Amino acid sequence: MIEMPLVDPEKCDGCGLCVSVCRCQALVLVDRRITIIESRLCGWCTQCEAVCPTDAIRCPFEIVIEDR
Amino acid sequence: MAIDVGRLKSIPYFAGLSRAEVDSVKQFVFERAADSGEMLLLEGEPADAMYFVVSGLVKVFKTSSDGKEQILSFVHPGESFNEVSVFDGGPNLGSARAVGPVVLHVFRGKDFEAIVRSYPQVSLNVARVLSQQVRRLASLVEDLSFRHVTARVAKILLEYAGDGSGARPRLTQQEMAAMAGTAREMIGRSLRTLEDEGAIRLERHRIVIADQKALRELAQR
Repeated sequence: MIEMPLVDPEKCDGCGLCVSVCRCQALVLVDRRITIIESRLCGWCTQCEAVCPTDAIRCPFEIVIEDR
Repeated sequence: MAIDVGRLKSIPYFAGLSRAEVDSVKQFVFERAADSGEMLLLEGEPADAMYFVVSGLVKVFKTSSDGKEQILSFVHPGESFNEVSVFDGGPNLGSARAVGPVVLHVFRGKDFEAIVRSYPQVSLNVARVLSQQVRRLASLVEDLSFRHVTARVAKILLEYAGDGSGARPRLTQQEMAAMAGTAREMIGRSLRTLEDEGAIRLERHRIVIADQKALRELAQR
């Protein structure tokens, strides 16, 4: 399973801004709500999170220390 | 759900109390569950209760008049929030939101006062816990006043680094910005600077600390 951005459907107002900035077609509007499609093309650019006016999308980073 | 005495006993405020004493405190506690993203408190509203996190994670933050958020702290299981407002009778110091589903133990102000009167040891524990919070806030003030943004981001990465087991919270760039007291765009720039310095590596949804020593030095600038 590929890690994908997280969507809160209750916050999403279906504005579609995230779809317009997504470069990998991982976001689609279904019944005026965002749905995320698992995609290897998603590079975690976080632009969907940046443009969302309602904080409905989150692209959290895991911070780890390299095992040497 | 029944209040677990063992869990109550692990709260720093009740350190040094016997099991029977903690059992008597149980009558004052009520449990509250919250969904992910649920607002628990609003900054500025009258304070009537203090909260202990049983499970999950809570974000405590202040909001400026133009909507900018400054994170004061993340509250982990066993830790508490909003006690300052209860103790000094002022309004809620900050807002609090559940990061993921949370379970809380709640004490009303007047009930906690009764506990302190019955068990003086609790007063000493409260002083200790609040002192730690003062130190943490002083460190935040120091960071916001004296550290360059990239240094603040480096410090945040060191503080939130985990071992990959998922025990540490993941952070969005917006959350890092709120913690560092800067704009979201500056976080991306700072991360790229840290990567150029060789201290970190950006791997899609992971920030890998490649050189801890270098990152610590960058956090001092």
